[in-house]
Amino acid sequence: MTLSFFCELTAQNNKMVLVKGGVYLPLYGAENKTVKVEPFLMDIYPVTNADYLKFVEEYPQWKKSNVKPLFADKSYLTNWKDDETFKGLPNAPVTNVSWFAAKKYCECQGQRLPTMDEWEFTAMANENVPDARTVEAYNQYILNWYETPKTFNNPIGETFKNYWGIYDLHGLVWEWTLDFNSVLISGESRKDVDKDSNLFCGSAAIGASDLMNYAAFMRYAFRGSMKARYSSQNLGFRCAKDVEN
Amino acid sequence: MLKIKKLHKMKNFKYLAMIIALTALFSCNNTSEKNIDAAGVKKEKKVNGDEIPEMSIYNLPSHWTSQNGEEIELKDLQGKVVVMVMIYTTCKAACPRLVADMRNIEKQVPDEKKDDVQYVFVSIDPETDTPERLKAFAKENEMDNEKWLFLRGTEGDTREFAAVLAVNYKEISPMDFSHSNIISVFDQNGEMVHQQEGLGVDNKETVQAIIDLAK
Repeated sequence: MTLSFFCELTAQNNKMVLVKGGVYLPLYGAENKTVKVEPFLMDIYPVTNADYLKFVEEYPQWKKSNVKPLFADKSYLTNWKDDETFKGLPNAPVTNVSWFAAKKYCECQGQRLPTMDEWEFTAMANENVPDARTVEAYNQYILNWYETPKTFNNPIGETFKNYWGIYDLHGLVWEWTLDFNSVLISGESRKDVDKDSNLFCGSAAIGASDLMNYAAFMRYAFRGSMKARYSSQNLGFRCAKDVEN
Repeated sequence: MLKIKKLHKMKNFKYLAMIIALTALFSCNNTSEKNIDAAGVKKEKKVNGDEIPEMSIYNLPSHWTSQNGEEIELKDLQGKVVVMVMIYTTCKAACPRLVADMRNIEKQVPDEKKDDVQYVFVSIDPETDTPERLKAFAKENEMDNEKWLFLRGTEGDTREFAAVLAVNYKEISPMDFSHSNIISVFDQNGEMVHQQEGLGVDNKETVQAIIDLAK
């Protein structure tokens, strides 16, 4: 209710495409359980600096100097010169945003963050097939990116267009997901979680390559290490939306 | 950062080493945060009346239903020391121990301070944990009085609330979740002052934190 009141920004749906969904076995999930991903809409590109500037102008409580520390740590928009001046390219992905900020941005467009399963499902695709996880070149591409510094300075849309018509899921920045905090692996949670060893069974079940496991494992480990108010210079986001019938 | 050739040979057990390495890698920017979270970011504002400090959980506009079917907002808890844990009622392993931990903590708070403390269980399985279920759970555990509050919210609010508490959870099958075991203590204005992680851990500091805050 408060949401609809505070978020009157017009939705920018022309930037989204349909991901038809399907069934997949995530690396990190319940025992041998495939996950069904319902059809949904996803942003073609990550949210850019220019997009985000528009957002903070509209919702000043998310400006760097106004944001509540409950919702963002000190590195929030750390490279911005001031509340309304970002550094870098207007069409580079916005980074150093917390989960709360990313979530609010999407809500204010009438959208939401993609779930981890939606994101992982969509990101299995290469240019040609919806699930390229056993294609060596696909995995190598991701790993090469992991080794490339500062890709967050690059403009959006320069990586490959995947099967669904979506860019930059790999090769630019890592991205927040709605339920990033469903990953139970990090230094601190090792001691306090009852059964996280059971969660890594996707890999054995698919008989997947080590490269593929490694590429995905990095993402889950990163998610597991984050808290919702943290931000990072290689972490951006994009929005998703339910399909309206 | 990594050698591809080696990866080909990597066996699953090596992932453990990677977890450790990655944790070190990703936490380098976060080390300073860990303490801030638990200690609460600098309390600049002393709060009068309705004003809510910036780090307060009462900034969250979420709505919850209690075991008695009452609709409440978090900020209705303002004014009391709040001790909070996230559980689900169909849980067989960790949650009974978390419930025991909460009971144990409550016992150690002196009588004259008991009225100033509210113990809250928040369900991570709102679909299963209806108010009726929460009520039954409260009764089973002999916690069916105003000292113990059992809350259930929407999936979104629950996820967001967990994010604030740094509690991670994941459904691994219907009615079974994996989750972090964290008990959090909030002051009268909703600012987190202490977190205890793990099951059956020494709760001396947690109890002390509550005693220090409670009037």
